Amino acid sequence: MTQSIVVQVGQCGNQVGCRFWDLALREHAHVNQTGVYDEALSSFFRNVDQRRAGGADATGGRITALKARAVLVDMEEGVLGEILQGPLRSLFNSTQLISDVSGSGNNWAVGHHTYGLTYREQIVDQVRKAAEHCDCLQCFFLIHSMGGGTGSGLGTFVLKLLEEEFPEVCRIVTSVYPTAEDDVITSPYNSVLAMKELTEHADCVLPVDNQSLVDIVGKIQHMSNTGKPSCTIKKDCTIISGHGGVVKVEKPFDAMNNIVANLLLNITSSARFEGSLNMDLNEIAMNLVPFPRLHYLVPSLTPLYTLADVNVPPRRLDQMFSDAFSKDHQLIRADPKHNLYLACALMLRGNVQMSDLRRNIERLKPTLPFVPWNQEGWKTSLCSVPPVCHSHSLLALANNTCVKSTFFDLRERFVKLYRRKAHLHHYLAVDGMELAGFNEALSSISDLIEDYTHLEHPLMPNAPRLAIAT
Amino acid sequence: MGTVSLQLGQCGNQIGHELFSVISDDSNGPNRKKYKQCSDERFFYESSTGELVARSVLVDMEPKVISQAIAKASKSGRWRYGDKAHFSQKQGSGNNWANGFCVHGPRHEEAVEDMVRMEIERCDRLAGIFTMMSVAGGTGSGVGTYITQRLRDSYPQSYILNQITWPYGAGEVIVQNYNSVLTLSHLYQLSDAILVHENDTVHKICSHLMNIKHMSISDINKVIAHQLGSVLQPAYTADSPCHYNRNPIGELLSSLVCHPEYKLLSLSNIPQMSSASLAYSAFNWPGLLKHLRQMLIASARMEEGIDWTVNVTSGGESVTNSRHKSFNSSLANLLILRGKDVSTAVTDGFKDPALYVPWLKTENCFSTWNSPVAFNGYEKSATLVSNSQYLLKPLDNIVRKAWNMFASRAYVHQYTKFGISEEDFLDSFTALEQIISSYTHLS
Ligand SMILES: Nc1nc2c(ncn2[C@@H]2O[C@H](COP(=O)(O)OP(=O)(O)OP(=O)(O)O)[C@@H](O)[C@H]2O)c(=O)[nH]1
Ligand SMILES: Nc1nc2c(ncn2[C@@H]2O[C@H](COP(=O)(O)OP(=O)(O)OP(=O)(O)O)[C@@H](O)[C@H]2O)c(=O)[nH]1
Ligand SMILES: [Mg+2]
Ligand SMILES: [Mg+2]
Repeated sequence: MTQSIVVQVGQCGNQVGCRFWDLALREHAHVNQTGVYDEALSSFFRNVDQRRAGGADATGGRITALKARAVLVDMEEGVLGEILQGPLRSLFNSTQLISDVSGSGNNWAVGHHTYGLTYREQIVDQVRKAAEHCDCLQCFFLIHSMGGGTGSGLGTFVLKLLEEEFPEVCRIVTSVYPTAEDDVITSPYNSVLAMKELTEHADCVLPVDNQSLVDIVGKIQHMSNTGKPSCTIKKDCTIISGHGGVVKVEKPFDAMNNIVANLLLNITSSARFEGSLNMDLNEIAMNLVPFPRLHYLVPSLTPLYTLADVNVPPRRLDQMFSDAFSKDHQLIRADPKHNLYLACALMLRGNVQMSDLRRNIERLKPTLPFVPWNQEGWKTSLCSVPPVCHSHSLLALANNTCVKSTFFDLRERFVKLYRRKAHLHHYLAVDGMELAGFNEALSSISDLIEDYTHLEHPLMPNAPRLAIAT
Repeated sequence: MGTVSLQLGQCGNQIGHELFSVISDDSNGPNRKKYKQCSDERFFYESSTGELVARSVLVDMEPKVISQAIAKASKSGRWRYGDKAHFSQKQGSGNNWANGFCVHGPRHEEAVEDMVRMEIERCDRLAGIFTMMSVAGGTGSGVGTYITQRLRDSYPQSYILNQITWPYGAGEVIVQNYNSVLTLSHLYQLSDAILVHENDTVHKICSHLMNIKHMSISDINKVIAHQLGSVLQPAYTADSPCHYNRNPIGELLSSLVCHPEYKLLSLSNIPQMSSASLAYSAFNWPGLLKHLRQMLIASARMEEGIDWTVNVTSGGESVTNSRHKSFNSSLANLLILRGKDVSTAVTDGFKDPALYVPWLKTENCFSTWNSPVAFNGYEKSATLVSNSQYLLKPLDNIVRKAWNMFASRAYVHQYTKFGISEEDFLDSFTALEQIISSYTHLS
């Protein structure tokens, strides 16, 4: 069994991260009721025995004290301070938390250059320590937002550090994109500057945008309030509820962050639990990334709006597959169905059989446009353990040209500011940040948009076969 | 004589486990003392405490599948896997043939080879090596190919038969066609024969013939294991009509592979149905063999929906006469009959010279094995192992799709990262185009 380390950076990164830890604990407590520290738990948690120091922890013994395989970084004290006071505090040693006092002030350059330089050694040290506790480290999960200064600037600096220090270990980044109405005025700068780093240094990026999360949460809450008998939503079972976790008090972003946490739970489920068609974390990039830079995977989660019954008639199960491709289940605002697929993964959990999977692929295939050279671009997995309180679930990851529109909007907003040179001096005042950095970031995102555009106009639909002498 | 099996990757291990279960269940049926003795000796050895232990080595780069297989076997109470006959690591090959072949294979060859040697030394004589793996993933395909290469070097005189599972056409692993092309082109130079199961075909058998509504992977594997078991269990051959054949793999290869250019074997069987309908069905040999023969010439994947309009035409006629649909031309066929009244079965329909390529002597092209013991719950059953054009179309599809992807260079960077270059891809494509061409121009 392999292990993964979560690196959560900035306010958003840490708040999402904590929802992940809470829900992961809830999930493992639900599956494993024996109190034994098993392989599944070991993928994200250490089991620390106070009497024994150091080294990887053996599985099979009793759970003594679980510690998250995590490094928490924020350049202001608030969020991390709350974690240290809060119900999850026992999951972390204080050395796993790295903070400063003042934050990056929504300035990418401060996060990336100033704090990057100052905290480099300390961060590397903590990641190394976490890595030493793993016997087979497979993946880093970086969680951050794109709009602020710390998550975006320092987060992408950490990404480069991980690449330098652990080139063999896969880097999957969960990036929260700002809404167009984001109250951080400089968020377009921060996002575009961060994008360049993500494009160059991540293996996969799972983009999530706050507008979609707001929409989804709004719709779920609306449905549970109207309380139609046909679609009752039990509090403890929906995807946005943290009920059953250790954390009792809900905070403003919690419902949104629970969705992102569920995304992470599902993407790692096949690596943690058994199934008849396993999907290891290293298979994600292998199957979904045909060209190194085009590694943005649009996630969609189902069921979101309905509570799954224990025994689902086939039609309801099929609905879950259809929903995964509908606009209102995407975690970024995008419409994959009317754009071009490069590749698509269907990660199933729970009571779903091979025949259900094949039937639905056959059914949906004709409605989904795939690039000519990857007409059968499906990657599938079946994990036998469903999410808590569900009988089954589906996470779809689409490498689809629909992400282009998100990048396009972002670039527009960037250019609007940049043309007026608005706020530039705050960035250029930072040691290490130059104007060229802005231009490079701009051309990086433009190239990316262009790459996706090219795919929509393929040069060679059908290559003539290799001729051999007979 | 013992047959040593290797179960490689998730697919190989899941199918392998199912195969030993079928063999063990079948051998424990009523009235088959000699049969059981012969089968046990072939696939199992007895531990010091008297338990049956499979002559099999389990290899996967991740631990979950193997531990499941070992646990399930022990639970059967009839047989188990060897204590030191499994090798796993922490993480899989990530569906990357290059990772399996260039990294994991070389890194672990010694450990795996030692285990295989232990099993081989345990046999008083080695009948052959039988490997099971998928071609679509990274471990079965890549490590499997590498290990086959090592075994070929270490045991140049031994028979090696590779059972491989072809992925669903509509994809489960996106790079499956690349992995298939790389595996097949390499195995073709190493293996004595490659016995192919197509997941699409087996899936159809499960849904149409077995009537399984909610089909699991295990249902699919049971059908594959049934087909393999019907070949590998003891039978009488023409050369040895009173004693069970000692070496099914060697005899299968000498019946079916007469030329190194042609070594793709397919398998079809009849009848195949749910146990519920089996109880109400009666079969006769002429009917079964008539269907099986038509399945062969019409390239039908199963008994249902056979095209009866396909006819065998001799020599030049088929080329000029367009009224005839072209039929599936064979190099060699092996028919295995099991069950009641086998001695009365007439197999002449398979001896028609027109079925076979003109440049081989027909009497060398067709063989039959039989056994009066009913196999795996079927009163009568017939299995045909065929070296024919049957696999041409699916092979051509794999190569076409892989080539299309290669033309845009998609995913190639994932392979070059581990040392498989564009040149290597081109070599593999060339090798497979050659095989396709050979099978296309059979007659
Ligand atoms: N989904 C979600 N978004 C958040 C959360 N917290 C902040 N954001 C979003 O993240 C962006 C601001 O980034 P933050 O993460 O607060 O900033 P930071 O990384 O801490 O950087 P500085 O505060 O500038 O040091 C805005 O787009 C917010 O809407 C959260 O808990 N969940
Ligand atoms: N028939 C059948 N096919 C299977 C089974 N398990 C996997 N497959 C097929 O095998 C292919 C995937 O290969 P795996 O065997 O899972 O891969 P692996 O050899 O474990 O390699 P990695 O996981 O990449 O290290 C797909 O085409 C699956 O359909 C099985 O039990 N039975
Ligand atoms: Mg902050
Ligand atoms: Mg595997």
